[in-house]
Amino acid sequence: MTIRVLNGGLLTTVQDLGRYGAQKYGVIASGAMDAYSLRVANLLVGNQENEGALEITLWGTSLSFERECMIAITGGDLLAVLDGEKAPTWRPLLVRKGSVLQFKSPVKGCRAYVAIAGGIAVPEVMGSKSTYLRAGIGGFRGRALQKNDVLMCGKSNQSNLSLWNALSKSDEDVPWAVNYEALVSLKQEQLIRVIRGTDFDRFDTKSQTAFFSQPYHVTTHADRMGYRMEGTALSLAAPDELLSEGVTKGTVQVPPSGQPIILMADRQTTGGYPKIGQIISADLSTMAQLQPKAKVHFQEISLEAAERELLRKEQVIHEIKMGIRFKELYS
Amino acid sequence: MSHSFTEIDIKPLGDSALIVQLGEGITPSIHQKVRALSTILEAQPFKGFIESVPAFHNITVYYDPVAVQQNQSKYGERTDRLLTSFEAVCQEINKLLEQVDERKEAEARLIEIPVLYGGEYGPDLEAVAAFHHVSAEEVIQIHTQNECLVYMIGFAPGFPFMGGMDERIATPRRENPRLAIAPGSVGIAGKQTGVYPLETPGGWQIIGRTPLELFRPDSFPPTLLQAGDRVRFVSMSSEEYKAYKERKR
Repeated sequence: MTIRVLNGGLLTTVQDLGRYGAQKYGVIASGAMDAYSLRVANLLVGNQENEGALEITLWGTSLSFERECMIAITGGDLLAVLDGEKAPTWRPLLVRKGSVLQFKSPVKGCRAYVAIAGGIAVPEVMGSKSTYLRAGIGGFRGRALQKNDVLMCGKSNQSNLSLWNALSKSDEDVPWAVNYEALVSLKQEQLIRVIRGTDFDRFDTKSQTAFFSQPYHVTTHADRMGYRMEGTALSLAAPDELLSEGVTKGTVQVPPSGQPIILMADRQTTGGYPKIGQIISADLSTMAQLQPKAKVHFQEISLEAAERELLRKEQVIHEIKMGIRFKELYS
Repeated sequence: MSHSFTEIDIKPLGDSALIVQLGEGITPSIHQKVRALSTILEAQPFKGFIESVPAFHNITVYYDPVAVQQNQSKYGERTDRLLTSFEAVCQEINKLLEQVDERKEAEARLIEIPVLYGGEYGPDLEAVAAFHHVSAEEVIQIHTQNECLVYMIGFAPGFPFMGGMDERIATPRRENPRLAIAPGSVGIAGKQTGVYPLETPGGWQIIGRTPLELFRPDSFPPTLLQAGDRVRFVSMSSEEYKAYKERKR
């Protein structure tokens, strides 16, 4: 036994970077909402970056460690408390046997990630540990974590062990943490960068202008499947029935109500609503950290600039990897 | 290269996917092109290719722009500047399109789907019959008569978007959608017919149920049906339905 769930909170699931290769069969991609935070959490404990970790939503989750573990907490600041004290985040952490980790309430952001050295030992389904709630597959028994569930961690590899070793020698005081702000922002008013969608030209001029100039708010209908937004209603220049086709994470589609929906990790594989925009990949983590009521300004950028932003953030991840490798080797 | 591929249009779906448009509308000949490109993409994936989703008249191709870029800087042809990942993927797809021979018909599987029509499992069969002023037996006879073509899978795992149902039994959706439709339910919505793989809410007219499992997460492919399959519905008795369920147990 490794981790016992004392409280499953609002929604706690096992996620990795997603299930790919079966979208053509209608199997959704799933995966972490905030992929950068998941990757960094895994790297901080010496895991492969696509290892399964826990995704915790807003509040209520409480975990008890039944043996000593090395973990890392990243993502949104949900006021993580370890044995009564504020837990350090964005760095590796040794937790003693019997420790209790609680997520009290969202201070900044919406989702936190807890990675465990060795990963979470759940079977892979179609190559992924991500939980697919609606189909009841993947993750921990295909469902959200509940009170008294017991999670086992996987076998430690050499990286896990050397980081663990380095950490135990340093009197538990790690003088470093990852500066996450270059990857994800937790502010609740955001500029989100968008490329024109494949159906942008079908919208009337007023809607095209409004989408990129008026603010939109996240509604309470915002979950792993998608974010329903509220703001100036958008309409097509002429009514049109579109055929279903592939969609992806960050697709901004507009149903007949005129209020945009942003598709997120648990989106269906295909959709038939017109797509006005597409959030750039580099900004998806920031989008995933928005809570209901958050204010968003969509800003148009070119495809070329979007690619540059993505490569720039990939360079940040690369530097984090190098930094951790250095700690592993020379601590 | 078959010249009918020259009029394709590639549009970016953000920075990590693109849509290859292969025509307009729902026709078997456009579907043939979609299948041809889909097959060659799977057989000769370019560096950075993740997966593709075929639809009625286009294919969405998902790729990792970072891997595409890294591959380019390693092996890219020497030009004034590096291509963007989107441009590089377009080039790869155009190369594949040159090799496609769409005259060669892809082999289509014929899948028979046994259905127990009417009764508890097909609560809307009588309503569909009444709508068209025919008997329930005639609806079953018409529904089992034509072969349908699976154009694409979407909405839910293994859910087929099919064409080819006899329009004599085309029926509008129910005014009050049901909150839960059992897996295996066979329904009609407008000119479409389909089968529900998972329990979902829905407004289709439910005329029967199949004991077959459409979604099989423990096998690969994880679904009974795939794009390109031909489907024939076959009427089964409640004894046969029960016997099938018993055998599965």
